[in-house]
Amino acid sequence: MVLSRYVGASVKRKEDPRLITGSSTYVDDLKIPGLAHVAIVRSPYAHADITGIDKSAALAQPGVLAVYTGEDLAKILKNDYPIIPEGDTGHSHYKDRDDEDAIVVPKNRPIETRRVRYVGEPVAAVVAETSAAANDATAYVEVSYKELDAVIDPYEAREDGAPQLYDKVKNNISVREETVHGDVASALNDAAIRFEVKIRSPRCHPAPMEGRAILAQPDPILRGLTFWSSTQAPHWNRNEIAASLGLSQTQVRCIAPEVGGGFGCKIGGYPEDFIVCAIAWDMKRPVKWIESRSENFLATNHGRNQWAEFEVGADANGRMTALKARILLDSGAYPKALDLAWATWVMSAGPYLVDNLDYVVEGVYTNTMANGAYRGAGRPEAAFYLERLMDLIADKGGLDPTEVRRVNFIPPEQFPFETLTGEVYDTGEYAKALDHAMEVIDYKTLRQEQARLREEGRYLGIGVASYVEICGFGPYESSTVRVEPSGQVSIFTGISPHGQGQETTFSQMAADYIGADFEAVVVHHGDTATTPQGNGTMGSRGLAVGGAALMMSLDKIREKASRIAAYILEASAEDIELVDGRYQVKGVPGRGVTLQDIADKAYSDDLPEGVDPGLDTTDFFRVPEETFPFGTHIAVVEVSPDTGETTIVRYVSVDDCGNIISPNLVTGQVHGGLAQGIGQALWEELHYDNNGELITATLTDYALPKAGFFPEFESHHTTTTTYLNPMGAKGIGEAATIGSTPATANAVLDALEPWGIHHLDTPLTPEKVWRAISEASA
Amino acid sequence: MSTVSVTITVNGKTQTAEVEPRTLLVQYLRDNLGLTGTHTGCDTSQCGACTVLVDGVSAKSCTVLAVQADGSSVTTIEGFAPFGTLHPIQQAFWEEHGLQCGYCTPGMIMTTASLLARNPDPTEEEIRHELHGNLCRCTGYHTIVNAVRKSAELLASGAEPAPIDQVAGN
Repeated sequence: MVLSRYVGASVKRKEDPRLITGSSTYVDDLKIPGLAHVAIVRSPYAHADITGIDKSAALAQPGVLAVYTGEDLAKILKNDYPIIPEGDTGHSHYKDRDDEDAIVVPKNRPIETRRVRYVGEPVAAVVAETSAAANDATAYVEVSYKELDAVIDPYEAREDGAPQLYDKVKNNISVREETVHGDVASALNDAAIRFEVKIRSPRCHPAPMEGRAILAQPDPILRGLTFWSSTQAPHWNRNEIAASLGLSQTQVRCIAPEVGGGFGCKIGGYPEDFIVCAIAWDMKRPVKWIESRSENFLATNHGRNQWAEFEVGADANGRMTALKARILLDSGAYPKALDLAWATWVMSAGPYLVDNLDYVVEGVYTNTMANGAYRGAGRPEAAFYLERLMDLIADKGGLDPTEVRRVNFIPPEQFPFETLTGEVYDTGEYAKALDHAMEVIDYKTLRQEQARLREEGRYLGIGVASYVEICGFGPYESSTVRVEPSGQVSIFTGISPHGQGQETTFSQMAADYIGADFEAVVVHHGDTATTPQGNGTMGSRGLAVGGAALMMSLDKIREKASRIAAYILEASAEDIELVDGRYQVKGVPGRGVTLQDIADKAYSDDLPEGVDPGLDTTDFFRVPEETFPFGTHIAVVEVSPDTGETTIVRYVSVDDCGNIISPNLVTGQVHGGLAQGIGQALWEELHYDNNGELITATLTDYALPKAGFFPEFESHHTTTTTYLNPMGAKGIGEAATIGSTPATANAVLDALEPWGIHHLDTPLTPEKVWRAISEASA
Repeated sequence: MSTVSVTITVNGKTQTAEVEPRTLLVQYLRDNLGLTGTHTGCDTSQCGACTVLVDGVSAKSCTVLAVQADGSSVTTIEGFAPFGTLHPIQQAFWEEHGLQCGYCTPGMIMTTASLLARNPDPTEEEIRHELHGNLCRCTGYHTIVNAVRKSAELLASGAEPAPIDQVAGN
């Protein structure tokens, strides 16, 4: 690597000036002449047959231009939805299998013509001159339904005789992942510590501050369509819409402009992407749909949402000898992110050595909103279960929770480590992160303080969680770097950041690795017309995969720039080095040129033999394996027995994401992850009633954490690099979410130990804690 | 639908417009005046993304009808500092990495302005309490709290809006 000035420094973000002045453009800020507005008519029933739709009253409303039903859309769109790519769920029993166990992935339409399966499912779309007129007219679309029995409980859903969501999907089973290794039954019989427990991972809502938003307009220059979508993966949306409209991919342009957060729930096309694009195409007019917050709760994917039953065996030292799990994942009403089952399953043993493993994750369809990716997407669940189990082993064995983790860790000398689920952990020093966290928080003194406070009738809990996670998913990511004739650098990336800050990080890399002027670098993303085919921003892959592609491009640019510099300086290319932004002759600091001088030459007719004009390159980084960040978090929580209220006293996170390019941005990712993970542990949960009505469909009812809920976070790092990419960087986007839910829950339950309470399901709301204490005291 | 006439001074400019009685102030700002820096993040007045200053005091513009603002003076993020400059509060949010996706940020800045006008030297606890009407899903609030503190320091030291290029300082 080139010696750095920018890489590793906390630089003020390049993104911020437009955001702090309110001058940026989110989808709803676009101003397009002739724009019409779409409002969606949604099902009030969880499960019903549509027996008729009468548009006439709606069409008679002022300003209404059109009403589209599923049948109308079917005449415009050629594909089913969602389009599940081949291999996307490759670890499961899927489609191509002929045997009886084959699990069929059902096909849906953006607007179903016959049946609705969750409250909030689109039934029709109204187009009007104004947003208000469109929304008003939705009440006049008369839809007749024949209500069907709904199934909300996933355990009931997989019973014989339960209401079936799809005719060809037996017992509503959506996905199944399983591993049996060793002899779990014998290991359980021989175990000194043995217990069973059922753990719920609650249904959460990703809730980015900007909901989904789509604007589509016919584009005569493309002979196709341009649409703006608040999405994390514009190329995916583009390819799906092109297939649906029967257009070539290059006739369709998807732009993710400023995107107000995603957290996993803006991956891939939703019904509304297809609806809005189809209407624009059909009406030959620009149309826009902006999701309301209530719609966001009803119809943007939920997350987590698992029930897990465990049987665990451990020896007297707390070493886990047997892990048996039966996990039920509520997939909701349609197939979205079925690979969540895989993500939990693949991380079943986390950072620990387990010899005997019997781990099954099964997904089931219910009449609720689809479950999908939410920051961590399957891995937080696996880590949450393991860290609760580690604490329960400590409880049963009278052991310190940190020691239980220590005896179970995979030792550093066993890396790269192949897990029982077939993944290869690249690098890891799990005890190092644990030690660091214990040192920062002064664990020994803290335990003494806890004992002292208990004598005063104050209940402090200390929660530890060690985790490892899988991230940096492929299959590839792309980068174009173009040094313009002026010497200014343009970067085009296939990732699609929406708050992560890669415009800054990538500029830092370009400054150090090719001598670009940091201020002048422009990082382009989120526009399929300008960026190479990419996979977007999700799964903590922005730097680890997107940055790796960028490094390939920067290496090529530097190599060519060095050849041109050598030509200008009449030296040999091998003797050119890049120092502080200047390409100079080794040992002769006075002889050097800038990237601007080189670009000037690159676009001239005065070039060395064998060097083509121009200075740009497009590269694709193929992911060899995923990478595995890890860490240990320690939470200190005080519980008030009188009210059940929890107060976070201290929170120390130690996350190891390998090398760090932008320390301030990494810290920001950690903080945000902590807030969401702690939110899940203490406050956040979506509830459906027995009829399938979402009774937490506003921010009044869903407890999104506020500023006063948190202390100052103390975030720290250890550094264990990976060999899987040239930066030695792992991902950090989801790590803190994964560590913080179990650390926080463990802290609350540690505080409740005097009452003999060893497990409660999250979120650990004041009411739940108070009731548990009251019952235990009775 | 019938309309009513409203006269509102927005960012120093007084304008009269005919609006539907149900028009919210946020809709008036965004749709009538094209001031899209003020965002809408919910439909129940929880999130605070739409916070503006009405006669110098923070208000959620989704909870105010345009007709209620008749005769008022409204400041949005676009008019918070002279064009091409950054107000010390904006400087502080940039300096402290007090934003990620940026959607809640204009509202956060307006709430900060209103808070510091009333309480120029707030404690951390007071800051966190005062921010309860503004939700952020990205930052975990830590750096926003730092940005509010930094804002208080800058304002106390007499800082003024500075040209954006000079603030960059990179």
